[in-house]
Amino acid sequence: MAQKPLQFRLNGAEKAVFVEDGANLLDVLRRSVGDLTAKRGCAQGGCGACTVLIDGVPGLSCLTLAETVEGRSVATAGGLPGDGSHPLQEAFMAHFAAQCGFCTPGMLMAATALLESTPHPDRDQVVHALSGNICRCTGYEPIIAAVLEVAGEGGGGRS
Amino acid sequence: MTVEFRKDLFADERDDDLVEVGKPTRRQDILGHVTGRSPFYDDHLFEGLLHMRCVRSPHHHARIRSIDTSRAERMPGVVRVLTGADVPNNLNTLLGLMDFGRDDEPLLSTRKVAYRGEPVAAVIADSEARANDAVAEVRVNWEELPCVFDVEEALAPGAPVVNDTYPNNSFDYHDTYDHQKLRFGDVESALASADRVIEGCYEMSPIEQAPLETNGAIAAPETNGRFVCYTSTQALFFSLATASKLLDLPSNRLHFVGGTVGGGFGGKVDSIVEPMALLGCMLTGRPVRFAWDRAEEMQVGAPRGAERWYLTDGVMNDGRIVARRFTGYFDAGAYTRLSSYAIIKATGHLPGPYTIPNVSSDILCVFTNRTPATAMRGFGITGVDFAIESHMDVVAHEIGMDPVELRILNAYRDGDMKPHRRIAKNCALIECAQVAAQKAGWPIGDAFGAMASTRDGGGERAAIPPTVTDRDGRIGERRAGRTGRGERRTIAPTPGQDTAATGTPARSGSAANYAHPAAAPAWQPGTVPQPPRTEQPPPRTEGPPHAPRAPAPARYSRFATNAGLRRR
Repeated sequence: MAQKPLQFRLNGAEKAVFVEDGANLLDVLRRSVGDLTAKRGCAQGGCGACTVLIDGVPGLSCLTLAETVEGRSVATAGGLPGDGSHPLQEAFMAHFAAQCGFCTPGMLMAATALLESTPHPDRDQVVHALSGNICRCTGYEPIIAAVLEVAGEGGGGRS
Repeated sequence: MTVEFRKDLFADERDDDLVEVGKPTRRQDILGHVTGRSPFYDDHLFEGLLHMRCVRSPHHHARIRSIDTSRAERMPGVVRVLTGADVPNNLNTLLGLMDFGRDDEPLLSTRKVAYRGEPVAAVIADSEARANDAVAEVRVNWEELPCVFDVEEALAPGAPVVNDTYPNNSFDYHDTYDHQKLRFGDVESALASADRVIEGCYEMSPIEQAPLETNGAIAAPETNGRFVCYTSTQALFFSLATASKLLDLPSNRLHFVGGTVGGGFGGKVDSIVEPMALLGCMLTGRPVRFAWDRAEEMQVGAPRGAERWYLTDGVMNDGRIVARRFTGYFDAGAYTRLSSYAIIKATGHLPGPYTIPNVSSDILCVFTNRTPATAMRGFGITGVDFAIESHMDVVAHEIGMDPVELRILNAYRDGDMKPHRRIAKNCALIECAQVAAQKAGWPIGDAFGAMASTRDGGGERAAIPPTVTDRDGRIGERRAGRTGRGERRTIAPTPGQDTAATGTPARSGSAANYAHPAAAPAWQPGTVPQPPRTEQPPPRTEGPPHAPRAPAPARYSRFATNAGLRRR
């Protein structure tokens, strides 16, 4: 199968890999680059577990052709501090906003994009921004509360 | 999060030096979650990893005339195609590990399939896409068979045999009985003397756990003759032992690594992906990954099974429930998995958190051509609790009583005897109902507000009534278990047949307004067709002349004494 060279920035670092024709970004991140933080929940754009930021915009890496990120900047949860010191990470930990943890990297990416574009979102904006990310454990409220706390709303959501 | 402690309740039974309860705590694994470093099974990378995909039945029920894998084997990237002949020990039942039930399910079916999506072959290729391409080239010659999707239709004479191990379409308890039985007191007599007999039918659909991470496993050879298996399983040693049995491999050659599960909710105990990945690894000598995609998770991932319940209550006009009869049907789907065990759990739960002096239950584990059912959060309890609590509301409505008061009146109290012969301890339903009513602004009568779980239990309520037996000294009606074809029978409820003969009880409505399952057969109280019985059914309501009879329900005293109060 034909292989193509692909260069892009991942969490600020230059990456150069060969990818198969038609490969999706999720598989390239996980199997070629070795960034395992984006998760495969459905591989059909339904669950949001593979959410990454492409030039700051949240996108579903399972539905993104890898070659379309040529020369662009991709951010994953792998770029967040390994000690959990990012305010969103701290809020997720404080609010018990993860149980199994499978949706968490995608949730963090969706929340990151929201707070970059809208630093002080209200609850509706938080819900809307996370609406493409499915969580089967928490019931969402702890996640919403965590994001609202970082947004400066005082963690106004019920938890 | 705020937690309200009701220190006024059970204050003398509880220490107040709680260390964790009511205080925020942090998960031990949450740092891995928020950094994306938690190691799920698919987060282990291997050189030369191969991918397995299954060939699945498009039919609900079909005989396999032949499987032709030759085209698939020649497809690019394909390393190996497996069929049932490659499975060392191709028949298993999950609970066989504890000697409960007969082996009834192949890992890869060779003779016939009994549910849509049942696997009959597997392709191992160097990429998932190539494995999928080759799956499409496996030619299976099917002979479609009639199928059955309803539990009661599956028990009717002439129904298609779903599972050859259980030709009656029902699990054999103790290898003999076609149902799990509970008998406590004399339900038929109590129904006959009750003021009202109130019936209901309740049904719960199958429910898919839908974990965000699908079922999957990666198996790889180790250098010491062992195989390592990274898996999403919720039941690591259960999966290890199941793989050991199916692969006929000593368990000390299997090295299972799990513990990080991307959501399970019961849907990751069936131990299918692990032996499949291991088998692929053993036959190719290379790391093999077998991961269900989302469609497979939905189609073949075993759900919480469907249940149908018929309830018949004998109720006095003052709200005391003096008898409750259950007939339950668990839809196991095509294979046993854990449904037989769910029924054991359900039986131990009856009749709900209420002190009812006469209780009987017959529950059948029925095979149909639906996806096999398995565990899910409280399985065995959830469906019957839905039936019980729905029925409590129906009873309250029928007798014109407040539903909260009805529950308080009939609730277990400390010292009461439960139908499975255990004393109720640490009861709190009354207090929970009182607090809930108060919080909801739902007025209840003073008498009900003054009741307590710690008072008026035990005594007569702690008695185990004599068990009603039939002329042969058997408990309840006899079941033949493994009868021949056509001799199968249902335990159809016999609502009102006995009570109607007395002419005294006021017949209630069928509760059809409350929970009428669309899929249920047209069922009217008192008109249930009785399948022909080849074995003479002993009358259920009459004991032999010498048999002790249970106290007449009318004399049953609910709140007679404090004397029986037992401290916990």
